[in-house]
Amino acid sequence: MVTLLTERGRYEAAGNTEGESLWLPAIALSMATGWELKPEGFCRDDICVPLPRGREGEFTRGDEVDAARLFRHAAQPLAASRDKSVWSFGTSAQIRSNALDSLKAPDIGLPDLAGKVHRISDHRGKKIFLSTWASW
Amino acid sequence: MPVWQQLYDELKDYGFMVFAVAMESRGPEAARSWIEAAKTAYVSVIDADHRLADLYNMVNVPEAVWIDETGRIVRPTEVAGSGDYFRKMDRVTRTLPEEGKVMRETMRKHYMDALRDWVKNGTESQYAFDKGAARAHVRKQTEDVALAHCWFRLGRHLHGTGKIEEAEAALAEASRLHPDSWNIWRQMGDMKLDGKPNPDFWARVDQLGSRRYYDKIDMPGMP
Repeated sequence: MVTLLTERGRYEAAGNTEGESLWLPAIALSMATGWELKPEGFCRDDICVPLPRGREGEFTRGDEVDAARLFRHAAQPLAASRDKSVWSFGTSAQIRSNALDSLKAPDIGLPDLAGKVHRISDHRGKKIFLSTWASW
Repeated sequence: MPVWQQLYDELKDYGFMVFAVAMESRGPEAARSWIEAAKTAYVSVIDADHRLADLYNMVNVPEAVWIDETGRIVRPTEVAGSGDYFRKMDRVTRTLPEEGKVMRETMRKHYMDALRDWVKNGTESQYAFDKGAARAHVRKQTEDVALAHCWFRLGRHLHGTGKIEEAEAALAEASRLHPDSWNIWRQMGDMKLDGKPNPDFWARVDQLGSRRYYDKIDMPGMP
């Protein structure tokens, strides 16, 4: 089992690390990150990164995909613990910048003190002052 | 935060919500006493992984984003009414000189008045950017910053599972990749010191020299 940390949260998945590779069920990668393999390439939302022609097989075996290799190929940030049991998947600056340049406020759900999740989009129809603070 | 509650009470009938996010990797307990003391009626949530900082390219607190009724950003991430006057604070008594106090009040009041003006007047407000100006004020993100958020999330998780030495190395890598993020650096210290004040804070502020701690707020009339 490996732990996947993504902007959506924390997931446990049946995965195998081999060298620089992380083999995961394709469905696990898609649930945790939103990225999936399609005929046109490695895709999330309206972005698709084609795989190198003739080398598609290096990224898949059966129902599994090499998540680490796919992320590197798609120029998406990735970090792993020393024992490769925990993998943190990020989102590239290019995707982040495009999202912010669209001026559509990125949505997120976060828990209150009681654990109830609030989403920014729950308050559509109101003007929102989205503000941060910290105790430190 | 009492300021935000006051603002919310005053403006809620105009269709207004405060969505306050505490960046607290030590979890809700680090923020609980503050939130309970403020008796917040607005949304008050905890962001242990600093996910908001990743999504909105934030580097400091307090920072804020103004979002209109349709979900469009009318003021991208910026400092929410604070300024570098705090650097002249007496570091023992933690008090500001008189001119610093005046600047603090002036900036806070101006920022809050601008927010009021936008809530009441919408796109007519001189403080709401049009699309072009809003885009021009989006902070540029780099791939090192994106990778820093990855390492930060990993470090936070490892810290929670007791792998402290490896966690601290991951957090240090995040801070190395994103040196402009005071959020990452200060949160890293807060985790290491379990909430105690960071003795290295002022030295790192002083290293800024003529560079700013809080970016200037680009708003008509703001000092």
